Amino acid sequence: MQVRLVLIGLVAGFFSALFGVGGGVVIVPLLLLFCSWEARSATATSLAAIGITAVSGVVAYAIHGDVRVEYAALVGFPAAVSVVGATALQQRLRTRTVELLFAGFILAVAVWLFVK
Amino acid sequence: MTYALAIVLGLAAGVLAGMFGVGGGILFVPTLIALGLNQHEAIGTSLLAIVPTVLVGTWRQSRYGNVRWRAAAILGLAAAASAQGGVVLAEALPASTLRRLFAGLLVLVAAQVAWRARRRES
Repeated sequence: MQVRLVLIGLVAGFFSALFGVGGGVVIVPLLLLFCSWEARSATATSLAAIGITAVSGVVAYAIHGDVRVEYAALVGFPAAVSVVGATALQQRLRTRTVELLFAGFILAVAVWLFVK
Repeated sequence: MTYALAIVLGLAAGVLAGMFGVGGGILFVPTLIALGLNQHEAIGTSLLAIVPTVLVGTWRQSRYGNVRWRAAAILGLAAAASAQGGVVLAEALPASTLRRLFAGLLVLVAAQVAWRARRRES
């Protein structure tokens, strides 16, 4: 199990740096498909993992002066508020509903990557 | 891009984070570019915006008993390490071709997740 987690983490970090798509788009489906995790624990654990990569990434970008704190607050604080409601909603949905919505989200990301 | 619209997109990013376990960068980065930041600033600033989003999201999810901390530490540290390699490769390879390959891969992943979900009882 641990070897799989390390591999998933490596793949996620690599692709997120390469395509600018956050690690969660890679981590969550791989936890679902290769580790048979349930959707809620996969998305929750992904958030915690992203915390680590984001902090390490912020340090790297801040060294180059590429972090604008006021703009981060402008979009980050609203997100920190709405995430509370979204996690609450997620607990009330059936697992298969969460997974089908997630599949739709991944598909939308794919289309976005293809056309951009 | 007005500030009001940026806030709305920030709210939407939080919904994605709570529902799908992503950081929200997929909405943060284009929003920040539309606000006038350059590509590097947008990515660096997006990473900082992700921090409060995932902190609050992780806190809520841990209250629901969904976070597996040890696995999260392994995933996060491995991802932070390999991101360095991805940055090097990103500068060396033609981006658009790779991006489309990755997009194709994601379509397959989406199909697989949907197929699995459909077979679920609950």
